Amino acid sequence: MFSYCTDPSTLESFSWLSCYLTTGKHMAFYQSFGIVLVLLAITAPVALMFGFAGATAARSRIWPISLLGKSYTAIVRGVPDIAFFMFFVIALDQGFEYLRHKVKCSDWSEPVRQGNDFVVCAQAKLPLSTSPQWVHETYGFALAVLTFAIVFGAFAANVLFGAMKAVPRAQLETAEAYGMSSRQTFWRIMVPQMWVYALPGLSNLWMILIKATPLLFLLGVEDIVYWARELGATKTAKFSDYPHGNWNAYYFGGLLVFYLLLTSISERVYKRLSLRLSHGQATAAGEAQRKAAT
Amino acid sequence: MSCVQTIQDYALRSIGLGERLLPREDYTLCEQFTLIGSGMIWNIYFGLVAILFGFFAATGLAMAKNSRSARVRKPAEFFIYVFRGSPLFIQMFFAYAVFLSIKQSVPGFSLLTSAWLGASIVLFLNTTAYSAEIFFGALQSIPKGDLEAADAYGITGWTRFKRIIWPSMMRLAWPAYTNEAIFLFHATALVYFSGFPVWQQRGDALYYASYFADKTFNPFIPYPILAFYFILLTLAVITIFGRIGKHLNRHLPQAVMRRPSFMRTLFR
Repeated sequence: MFSYCTDPSTLESFSWLSCYLTTGKHMAFYQSFGIVLVLLAITAPVALMFGFAGATAARSRIWPISLLGKSYTAIVRGVPDIAFFMFFVIALDQGFEYLRHKVKCSDWSEPVRQGNDFVVCAQAKLPLSTSPQWVHETYGFALAVLTFAIVFGAFAANVLFGAMKAVPRAQLETAEAYGMSSRQTFWRIMVPQMWVYALPGLSNLWMILIKATPLLFLLGVEDIVYWARELGATKTAKFSDYPHGNWNAYYFGGLLVFYLLLTSISERVYKRLSLRLSHGQATAAGEAQRKAAT
Repeated sequence: MSCVQTIQDYALRSIGLGERLLPREDYTLCEQFTLIGSGMIWNIYFGLVAILFGFFAATGLAMAKNSRSARVRKPAEFFIYVFRGSPLFIQMFFAYAVFLSIKQSVPGFSLLTSAWLGASIVLFLNTTAYSAEIFFGALQSIPKGDLEAADAYGITGWTRFKRIIWPSMMRLAWPAYTNEAIFLFHATALVYFSGFPVWQQRGDALYYASYFADKTFNPFIPYPILAFYFILLTLAVITIFGRIGKHLNRHLPQAVMRRPSFMRTLFR
């Protein structure tokens, strides 16, 4: 990066460090923090959508749909999330390829599962073997986002289901008394009011989501854990311009601080948000605000 | 090979007893069931150790966080903040790296890097922090009347804690603590994917499940088996904790209690 970095072995401690921390690999490491934030930014709304769908399905009057919604939340809560991550990445990949295989190569006669192999025709491969590297990376990342959304959608469904139940019954009865259809009651009365009740659960979920992002590493994405392991491992003078011992503890210590910052900031934002949202609400927090004002 | 034979060979494989080599080809359903179940021994071990030690440590930590003296309160708050604010996955990696450097510089600490001790320590610290926060919340919502009654009877010090504060704290914290126990058992699946090495292929349930998934390239058999075992474990935790919770609440009016008739209360 800097002009004096051409021969690091001659450098003193501080300038050595400044060169070391600006190598190409370190730049990739810093960019991978962005990957975590992008994952959070995409996953949160998608998971919320999954959760909303799950919660409305669980409330449905048609029992196969409500059973589907309820078992979706129950299974994901009963099994470790890490198991789901490892399952869905392969399962989704094979599922997509199988569907494409059925559509694109309908004349294919051999079975898809041959012993310990999963074989689809070349046109059905996802992504195509001819596509450039960034397509492969983006596809891997998209699979990871989808997996996160499915798992956290189940948690969100649980929260939203509770929040829908928490909306005072009188509100819905009033809506019915005014002659609103059940669809109108749902969209105009229940949905706008449920968010106050959902907020504590959702903020908790957001924290859990933040703390689940390092699992990206297990899904094969080159995220911060990947780079920390890569950079922290012992480097000998033979293979690296910057030989050092095992620095894993420093790198993972750094990641620890990064996550602490992220959760602290989130907590602060949540406090402000809940203060704003409970303004004028008929809840204990809203009542406390009213009393403080007078 | 019959299924009974497989069970004899592999049921205790995760702790090093039985057949040394893992199955290499023609993976049968029986082998997958047995080996993944064998791995559950580790999940249960990690969970039990962390809960048993973590429970007592968390009680102490919650009291420390509730302390009036800042010198006691601040470290407790910091400990809880660090362990609740960062991912367990990173804590595992970090702890393993630290343990490794301790092992290299101080002789006699070589056991720290093995999963059975090192990972247990991390899980113990982690669950201590989470449980302490739950206990602290419960501590703050103990009914004021209970404490006033204790003061009125002249109950102080250790007796006050043992007879009044602690039972109420447990009772209030129990539903949330049950949740924490479930999540802890789920977290044990992280151990062998976060730095701690698997020695002689003696891993936990997820390790064997991913072994089969990698070999057969078919996730649809091993992972549902794993899910089956974990759901069973979760149900067991809920049952046991539910019993304890009922025991804690036994002095309270139960929902199905028959109320004395109005006239009888009037004439007594």
